[in-house]
Amino acid sequence: MKRLLPMAFAAAGTVFLQGCAGWQSALDPKGPAASELAWLIWFFAGLCAVVWVLVMIALAAPLMMRARAQAQPLAVDAGADDRKLRVVMIAVGLTTAILVGLTLLSFFADRTLAAIGSDAVLTVRVTGHQWWWEVRYEDATPSRILTTANEIHIPSGEPVRLLLTSNDVIHSFWIPSLAGKLDLIPGHMNVLDIKADKPGVYRGQCAEFCGAQHANMGTFIIAEPRAKFDAWWNDQLQPAAAPTADEAKAGEELFLRRPCVMCHRIGGTPAGGTVAPDLTHIASRQTLAAGTLTMSRGNLAAWIADPQGIKPGSNMPVVEFSGDELNAVVAYLEGLK
Amino acid sequence: MRAVVATLLLAILALAGCQREERDTRPQSARGSGEQPTPVTTLEPGGQRPPGSDNKAASFEANAFHMSEGKRLFGWFNCSGCHANGGGGMGPALMDEKWIYGSSMESIHSTIRDGRPNGMPRFGDKIPDDQIWELAAFVRSLGGNAPSSAAPQRNDDMMAHPSENRMPDAATLGKSP
Amino acid sequence: MSSADLASERAPATEREASAEGDLAPEHDGPRDTGMDDASLHGWLAGTWGTAPGIVGALSSVDHKVIARRYLITAFVFLCLGGLNAVAMRIQLSGPQRGLIGPDLYNQLFTMHGVTMMFLFAVPIVQATGIYLVPLMVGSRNIAFPRLNAFSYWVYLSGGVFAWISFLLNMAPDVGWFAYVPLSGPEFAPGKRADVWAQMITYTEVSSLAVAVATIVTVLKQRAPGMSLDKIPLYVWALLVTSFVVVFAMPAVMIASTFLILDRLVGTHIFNPAEGGDALLFQHLFWFFGHPEVYIIFLPATGMVSAIIPVFARRPVFGHLGLVLSLIAVGFLSFGLWVHHMFATGLPKLGASFFTASSMMIAIPNGVQIFCWLATFWDGRPVIRTPLLFVFGFFVIFVIGGLTGVMLASVPLDLQVHDTYFVVAHFHYVLIGGSVFPLLGAAYFWFPKISGRMLSERLGRWHFWLAFIGFNAAFFPMHLVGLWGMPRRVYTYPAELGWGNINLFISAGAILFFLSFVLFAFNLVHGALKGAPAGDNPWDAGTLEWATSSPPPSYNFARIPVVTHVEPLWAEREALPVATGLRVDVRELLISTVAEAHPDIREKSAAPSIWPLLAAVAVGGTFLFSIFTPWAIVWGAAPVAITLTGWFWPKGAPEDEE
Repeated sequence: MKRLLPMAFAAAGTVFLQGCAGWQSALDPKGPAASELAWLIWFFAGLCAVVWVLVMIALAAPLMMRARAQAQPLAVDAGADDRKLRVVMIAVGLTTAILVGLTLLSFFADRTLAAIGSDAVLTVRVTGHQWWWEVRYEDATPSRILTTANEIHIPSGEPVRLLLTSNDVIHSFWIPSLAGKLDLIPGHMNVLDIKADKPGVYRGQCAEFCGAQHANMGTFIIAEPRAKFDAWWNDQLQPAAAPTADEAKAGEELFLRRPCVMCHRIGGTPAGGTVAPDLTHIASRQTLAAGTLTMSRGNLAAWIADPQGIKPGSNMPVVEFSGDELNAVVAYLEGLK
Repeated sequence: MRAVVATLLLAILALAGCQREERDTRPQSARGSGEQPTPVTTLEPGGQRPPGSDNKAASFEANAFHMSEGKRLFGWFNCSGCHANGGGGMGPALMDEKWIYGSSMESIHSTIRDGRPNGMPRFGDKIPDDQIWELAAFVRSLGGNAPSSAAPQRNDDMMAHPSENRMPDAATLGKSP
Repeated sequence: MSSADLASERAPATEREASAEGDLAPEHDGPRDTGMDDASLHGWLAGTWGTAPGIVGALSSVDHKVIARRYLITAFVFLCLGGLNAVAMRIQLSGPQRGLIGPDLYNQLFTMHGVTMMFLFAVPIVQATGIYLVPLMVGSRNIAFPRLNAFSYWVYLSGGVFAWISFLLNMAPDVGWFAYVPLSGPEFAPGKRADVWAQMITYTEVSSLAVAVATIVTVLKQRAPGMSLDKIPLYVWALLVTSFVVVFAMPAVMIASTFLILDRLVGTHIFNPAEGGDALLFQHLFWFFGHPEVYIIFLPATGMVSAIIPVFARRPVFGHLGLVLSLIAVGFLSFGLWVHHMFATGLPKLGASFFTASSMMIAIPNGVQIFCWLATFWDGRPVIRTPLLFVFGFFVIFVIGGLTGVMLASVPLDLQVHDTYFVVAHFHYVLIGGSVFPLLGAAYFWFPKISGRMLSERLGRWHFWLAFIGFNAAFFPMHLVGLWGMPRRVYTYPAELGWGNINLFISAGAILFFLSFVLFAFNLVHGALKGAPAGDNPWDAGTLEWATSSPPPSYNFARIPVVTHVEPLWAEREALPVATGLRVDVRELLISTVAEAHPDIREKSAAPSIWPLLAAVAVGGTFLFSIFTPWAIVWGAAPVAITLTGWFWPKGAPEDEE
C-alpha cells in the first residue's frame, strides 16, 4: 500500500505530463486564431481553477471547526447569520462581476478572431462527404479551378477563406492547431478563415458525428511558402502522368476496365467520376482514405484489396483483383504524383 | 401460456429484425463469385438442381441497409440516365409490373451483370458483384416488391416520386382500383 | 396530542348543515377520524388505503410509494445497463485501433448509453424520488392523480424495455442520443433504428409529463394545513420548479422526434433542404428541450442536497428564500441557453453572443445556491455520515463541472472544444457530480425511511471513496485529451496521435467507477436483508416524512399534520399538531389553498384500478406499431379509446348527487 500510492502518482504523471504539444492539439497553436484561443483557454482555466480552490477552502474550513450542539437545531445565532449574509452577498457580487468580465472578454476575443481572414486572397471550397473531404480551389480563371480530396494546401503566412458545405450529412471541419471548428451543413454555406503562421503539416478531423466512419475522417492542412504553393497548384492542374513501365500500363488499363472508373476521376484519362475522391495526383498526397493510412505501396494495395476491413462501412467497395492485377493497379497509382 | 405467447412474439420480432437490420459491409465470401453464373431457375431436365449454398439473393433482398445502398448506387452510376428515377425513358420503367426478363433477384442481377438485348449494358466488370445485388434489391423496391418496413425512405433531395416505402404494393399494380 | 377539528376551523357551520362546503348530509357521510383511537384508526385506514394482495392487486395499485419503488428499481436497472454500455465503450477505446467493437455496434452502444442514461435513468429517477417523497413531505395521503401516476410507470417501463429489446434485435438507434438530421433522416439512416429512437422518446416523455403534472398539483393543492409557501421544504420547491420545466420542455423534443418520424415514414420534407426544409430546425427544437433537460436532472438533486445538509449541519439551511428564488431563476433561465449547443453551426455572431451572456448568467443563481449551502456549514463541524460524504463529493465535482461550463459558454472557446472529450468531461462532471452523487447521498439518507433498515455506514464510506476516485480518474483526464484533439463519438483513434496512454488510464478509472456501483448494489441488498432497524427518524431530521413510521404505512399519516415551521419536527419537539375530520372508510384527501395552505375541501383520491396498465398497453402498442406504419394511429385509436373510457367511467360518488 505504501508503494502503491507513489507508483500511482508516477503513472498518472507520465500520462499527463506528456505535454501539450501534439499534431492535433488545441494547446499547441500554429496560427493566430488558435493562439488567441489557446490564450483564452489558459486564462479561463486558470481563473476557474482559482475559483474552485477558494470554494474548496470554504468547504473544508467547517471541518476544522468545533461541532455544533446537536439537540437544538433551531437555535441559530442571528448575528452570525447576518455576517454570513454580508459574505454571501459579496461572493454573489464578485461572481457576477467575474462572469460579466468573462462575457466581455469572450466577446472581444470573438471580434479579434473575426478580423483574421478579412483580407483573404485564396478561397477554398470544402464539401463534406461521408467520409472524405472534397476540396476545390477557386480561381477567377475557370481553367485554373482545381479539385482534389482530403488534403488542403495553403500558402503559409496568408489568411485563407474556407467555404464549408456538405453533400450529405452534417460534418465539422476542425484543425485544432490553427482554428476553432465550423460545421458543414447540407443546404448551408459556412465561412471559416484560417491562417498558418509557418509552413508545416497540421492534422484535423471531422468533429460532428456523421455515421459509421466518423472516426476515420481526418484531414490535413499543408502550409507552404507562396512560391511552392503556386508551383504545387500548377502541378496539380496537369493531367495524370502517362505510365511508362509495362506493369503500370497494365494497371491503367485495369483501372479503366474495372469498377474504379465508375466513381473516380483521373485527369487526362476517360475516367471522370465525381462521387469519389479525385485520384489524378493521388501519389502526391501524404495519406490515404482521409488520413486513415499513410501513403505507401503496401497501404495502397491493402486499401484496394480490402477497404471494408480497414474502414468498414465506407463507400469504397471490395473489388476483386488477382495478385498480379493488384500489383499492376498499385504500380499505376504510385506513378500519379 | 402468456410466457409462451410472449416468447413466440419475441422470436418473430427477432427474426424479422435481424434480416432487415443486418449491416454486413463485406458480405462477399468466395473469390470470383461474380463470375459464377447465377441460376435464374433451378429446373433442369431430369429433376431439380438444389439451389446454391450461398443464397446471396436472400441476404440482400429484404435488407434495409442493402436497399439504401442500392438507392445510392442507382444515383451514382447514373441508372436514371435511361430509367429516369424508375419511370423509364430510353429504358423501360422499373416502377411498373412489367418485367421483360423477370422480377426475381437473380433475374435482375443477371440483367445488370450481363446486360440484355436492345440497349441494357453489361456492368459485370464495372460493378462489384455485391453492389449488383444491392442494386437488384433496390430495383425490386421501386416496383413495390419490398416490405415497406425495409424499403428505402425519401431522399434528402428533390423527390421525383413517392419514396419506395410508400409505393403501392406490387400486387396492386396494373389492376384497376 | 392536540387536535384541531376541521369542522370547528371553518366559519360557523354545524356538522349537520348539508349546505356547508364539503359537508355531506349525514346519511351520505361516513365515519371520520375525529376522536378515534389509534388502533381502530389504523385498522380503518389500512383497509381503505392498502394495496390489495395478489398479482392483480399489485398491478392495480395506485399507492405512490409502491409506484415510486418500482420506478426506483427500474431506473437503477437501466443505470446498470447504461453503465455496461459505457464499460464496453471504454474497453474498446482503451488503446488505439483496439478492434474489439466495430463501428456499427459502437455507434449503437454510445447512442444507447446516452438514451438510457438521459431518458431511462436520470429523469425517471429524480421524478421517482419526488413521487415517493413529495406527498410525504407535504403531509398528504397520496399523490394527485394516482392512476395517472400508475399509467406513467407502465409507459416508462414498456418504453425502456422496448428500446433495449431493439438493441437485442440489432435495431437499436445508432445516430447518437441527439439524432441530428440528416444523419438520422430517411436517406442516411436505413431501417427502423432511428424510428425506434423517435417513438421511444415521444412515448417515455409522456410518462415524464404525467408525473410532472401530478407533482405540480400535489404541491400546490395538497399541502398540510399551515404549510404556507415559505414553509414548503426546499426539496419540494425543487420538484415543483422541475415539474414546470418538464411541462414546457418535453413538448419540444416530442415535436422534434415526431417531425423526424413524419419525414421518415410519411415522406414530409420538414428537414429536407432541397425541398424547403432545414436541418438546423431539428437542432433548435431538440436543444430547446435538451438544455432544460439537464436542469430537470440537476434541480431535484439540489433539492436533495438542501434536504440533507441541514440534518447533518444541525441547523436549518441558510438563506431559504435565496435558495427558493435561485431555483425559480434557474428554471426560467434554463430556457434561454439552448443555442450554446449550436455555436459551431455557423450562426450569426451577435445572436450567439447573447447566448454566451445567458449561459454565463445562469451561474449566478447556481452560485447563490452554493454559497448558501456553504454558509450553512460555517456554524460548526457537521456530523459526518455517508449521505453528507456524497454531498461533499457533489460540491467538489459539480463546481468543477460548473466552471468548465463557464468556459464552454464562451463562443470562441467552445469552437475549439465543442464535440471533443472536453465536453464529455464537462457534462459528466455536472451530471454525475451534480445529480448522481446527490442521488447516492439521498439513497443512503432515505433508504431507512423507504425500507425501515439502515444501510451499512462502513460499506457506504468504501462506496463513496471508490466512486469519487474512480469518477475523477475516469473523467478528469478527458478534459486534457479533448484539448489534445480527440473528438467525441469515435470508435477508435490512430496510434500516432499519442492518446493511447491517457485513454488507458481513463478506461481503468471507468472500471473502478463501475465497480463502485456494484458495491452499492451489494450494500442495498445487504441493507434490505440485514440492515439495522431504522425507526421513525434515525437522522433526527426536521421534515414531515420522518414523522411517520419507516416504512410509512399505506395511508402515510394516521392524522394529517399541521405545520408551523419549515422544519416541522424540529419546531414541535414534543408532539406534532394534527388536523382531523377526514373520512376513514373512503380514500379522502385534504385540499388546501395555494398560498397560505388553509384547509379548503375534502376530495376523493382515486381507488386502485387496472385501467392505467391496460391504457399503457394500448398506448404502447400504438406507438410500437406506428414505427412500422402510420396507419397504427388509426387502428390504435380504438383500444386507446376503450381503455380510456374504462378508466374515466364515472363512479358516481355520493357528493355528485347533491
